[in-house]
Amino acid sequence: MTELSKLGIAEARDAMRKGDLSSVELTQACLGAIEDAKVLNAFVHNTPDIAMAQAEAADARLKGGDAPDMCGIPLGIKDLFCTKGVASQAGSAILGGFKPEYESTITQQLWDAGSVMLGKLNMDEFAMGSSNETSTYGDVINPWRRGNDDASLTPGGSSGGSASAVAADLCLAATGTDTGGSIRQPAAFVGITGLKPTYGRCSRWGVVAFASSLDQAGPMTKSVRDAAIMLEAMAGHDPKDSTSAELAVPNFEAALTGDIKGKKIGIPKEYRMEGMPQEIEDLWAEGTTMLKDAGAEIVDISLPHTKYALPAYYVVAPAEASSNLARYDGVRFGHRAALSQGDGITEMYEKTRAEGFGPEVKRRVMIGTYVLSAGFYDAYYNRARKVRTLIKKDFEDVFAKGVDAILTPATPSAAFGLGEMKDADPVQMYLNDVFTVTVNLAGLPGIAVPAGLDKQGLPLGLQLIGRPWEEGDLLNTAYALEQAAGFVEKPSRWW
Amino acid sequence: MSGAIKTESFMSIDKETARRVAKLARISVPDEDLPVLAGELTGILNFMEQLNEVDVDGVDPMTSVTPMRLKRREDVVTDGSQQEAVLANAPDAREGFFAVPKVVE
Repeated sequence: MTELSKLGIAEARDAMRKGDLSSVELTQACLGAIEDAKVLNAFVHNTPDIAMAQAEAADARLKGGDAPDMCGIPLGIKDLFCTKGVASQAGSAILGGFKPEYESTITQQLWDAGSVMLGKLNMDEFAMGSSNETSTYGDVINPWRRGNDDASLTPGGSSGGSASAVAADLCLAATGTDTGGSIRQPAAFVGITGLKPTYGRCSRWGVVAFASSLDQAGPMTKSVRDAAIMLEAMAGHDPKDSTSAELAVPNFEAALTGDIKGKKIGIPKEYRMEGMPQEIEDLWAEGTTMLKDAGAEIVDISLPHTKYALPAYYVVAPAEASSNLARYDGVRFGHRAALSQGDGITEMYEKTRAEGFGPEVKRRVMIGTYVLSAGFYDAYYNRARKVRTLIKKDFEDVFAKGVDAILTPATPSAAFGLGEMKDADPVQMYLNDVFTVTVNLAGLPGIAVPAGLDKQGLPLGLQLIGRPWEEGDLLNTAYALEQAAGFVEKPSRWW
Repeated sequence: MSGAIKTESFMSIDKETARRVAKLARISVPDEDLPVLAGELTGILNFMEQLNEVDVDGVDPMTSVTPMRLKRREDVVTDGSQQEAVLANAPDAREGFFAVPKVVE
């Protein structure tokens, strides 16, 4: 039975439409797989009753004959999405016990399309982290291992639960969110596809905010085709998010022709980082050859401000986070600290936030507070926003020269061991986002596609960056890369 | 501007500054944890010092990553009458209000 959970969205859709498979069977298989994989710590709030009710409704709709593509597809939902009546904690103790009275726009659209919610997925606290080690639910474990070594590896972060769940076939696909690489880095670490759409493509309403000018939700799936199908259901204008774009949502799947003849693919020289492992360099070169062999024109490009993306990000994101997270004050939702005799409202705020936030969140809130404080606002925050303008211009300049997409590595390494970065200084962990963070700063769509294994047997991914609003074209280039790379490896089951 | 600032330890956060930032952020930090916090914050800020190498003269700070005007709508009530839902998750709600410790002395 659990074999069914290995299906992707497209295969399951086709089988259900033909009547060869029911959503109830598929959902039961996923629920079983989740039960058997508790050790991965990917699902943290299970919703089997909701899932079965939705699956039955989906089957009835499928019988009607005009069910949408996502109808009956069992999904995992990152804990950052507010789901009505179901715990939504953003991986934080400060939202302990919080059950939203409303549903995020994206999840509502998925349920309207007939999808099935299996439960909520673990993540780094408030999406701040690159290894899923900052969650109040504990670490997520990557289903991949280094050969026969049984050391536990990180699935990456912050969408680590989503990555682990999709890679281990606990669900057909999952939602993720990406502020600096939080969809693409974990997707690369577990050998799946992860798409961050153009900023404004998907509504942020009901998604717990980290850095509002950078946050964007997207699909994490077993194939590029699945990403196209799921993005279509997630995307669209939402009057409740003033930054969501009033643009028609195209049929992304229809864009997947695999034909990229004549497309111009840029290879940015600044992404050749010092100390980059040879295997990453080799994979990047192989990916370049694959696209060339598929008929694309390869051009060397320069994105001169790349080096400054990470420091700019680590000003802008914490600044926005310190403002967004001010709402966690122990008054309206979540945790409130027990107070001592004589404590006033300031002590309530300070104790509640000290108890409720983990160390990384505290650090970022305080950094954000500092860079926004009087006397430093210009030196840090305004300067970072100016550098951000320059980073975006770098991309505009190469797109103006006719470049259709940019190929880069997705991550500077394969998945590392849980705890291995424990004694590193926080900046070392931030370097995980070195190839992905530019895309958020420029608001562009980016996709991580699994492209090979390293010599330890761990997956490595490549990233394609596209023009704004041209996810269809980007997905098609990713589809061509996926076909050429032919990555079919799965983690061997040990759990 | 870019040449005027020495990048090495331009900004070092001392214990008192760490205490002040924690206070501004409304996060209580025990005294004994302040030196470690100050060290971490200094490390992160030093990483940001690289931004001083960039010539940003005449560059506008980014306000919106996509070239769109923020939408406006009629200033009318579109939602409401959800007192119960609004209070449902409050750690302490009484008689239709959020309850907090005494604010006024």
